[in-house]
Amino acid sequence: MQDWEKLLQDDYLEIAGRRFRSRLIIGSGKFKDFQQTKEVLEASGAEIITVAVRRVNITDPTKENLLDYIDPNKYLILPNTAGCYTAEEAIKTAMMAREATGINWVKLEVIGDKKTLLPDMEETYKAAKVLVKEGFVVLPYIFDDPVFAKKFEDIGCAAVMPLAAPIGSGLGLQNPYNLIFIKEAVSVPVIVDAGIGSATDIPPVMELGIDGILTNTALAEAKDPIKMAVAMKYATIAGRLAYLAGRMPKRTYAVPSSPTQGVPFKN
Amino acid sequence: MPRIVLNGQEREIPREMSVMELLDEIGVKFREVGLAVAINDEVVPKSEYERRKVKEGDRVEVVQLVGGG
Repeated sequence: MQDWEKLLQDDYLEIAGRRFRSRLIIGSGKFKDFQQTKEVLEASGAEIITVAVRRVNITDPTKENLLDYIDPNKYLILPNTAGCYTAEEAIKTAMMAREATGINWVKLEVIGDKKTLLPDMEETYKAAKVLVKEGFVVLPYIFDDPVFAKKFEDIGCAAVMPLAAPIGSGLGLQNPYNLIFIKEAVSVPVIVDAGIGSATDIPPVMELGIDGILTNTALAEAKDPIKMAVAMKYATIAGRLAYLAGRMPKRTYAVPSSPTQGVPFKN
Repeated sequence: MPRIVLNGQEREIPREMSVMELLDEIGVKFREVGLAVAINDEVVPKSEYERRKVKEGDRVEVVQLVGGG
């Protein structure tokens, strides 16, 4: 066991009663091939991987399947409702996802705008309500809105997934205060779902006390996705440990770290 | 021959057939994890693939899990 593992041995990401050692969740989109997806997943140490639900291409039903590379007994395969623009579409997609995965977890995404891919909170909320009633473990992708985050918790969502920046933008943390407010507002896990551009974007988010990170494009579009996956694994750990360690206060002016008394050659 | 709408496209199938037979007809491998079928917007549980018939006018969706964030 390594030093950091000892320090984090009682520290879990717990969602709907299920415990995860890793606080990093990865998306499986846009990789070169399934082999690379698998290698990135293993290198990242993530225990949860998101997938999308799509029509089988009937004219060319591909023989290869993502599930041939990722063992559902070893990883939690978390289906999303990406591409849905209404609550109705998202609900139907979640139902299909439940049948396809054999589990009742869903990363609920209802998009409101094609250009920014920002969530339609009203439709997301409507869909979440129905899906919670249907027995789903609902993890909604939301705007970084503390008031709405609380509403999603109140209707029974198992976590909330605010963005740090738009999906696929790689802009990193844009509004730390809203994430702090969300963390204060809810007691379910807060997982930052979008906007991470590199491993170095992760610690500033984790240091706020955020419970987990979901990233996809930053891995898939890295020059070397495996190296980025390893960097992200340790960035998540570093950020978590920094949060648990507690940072010093920020000051406007300098404070010396060496003694001010006994400096030689001074009169 | 029954006409159905399969994944948004009209298509003729040789006869009324079970979901399992339809999968075979279109060359989609059955898998317990990673596949789902809906007929007229209702998910068909895998336990019913042998029994449930695909009929004239049905709208059938056959989906799989793919890479996504």
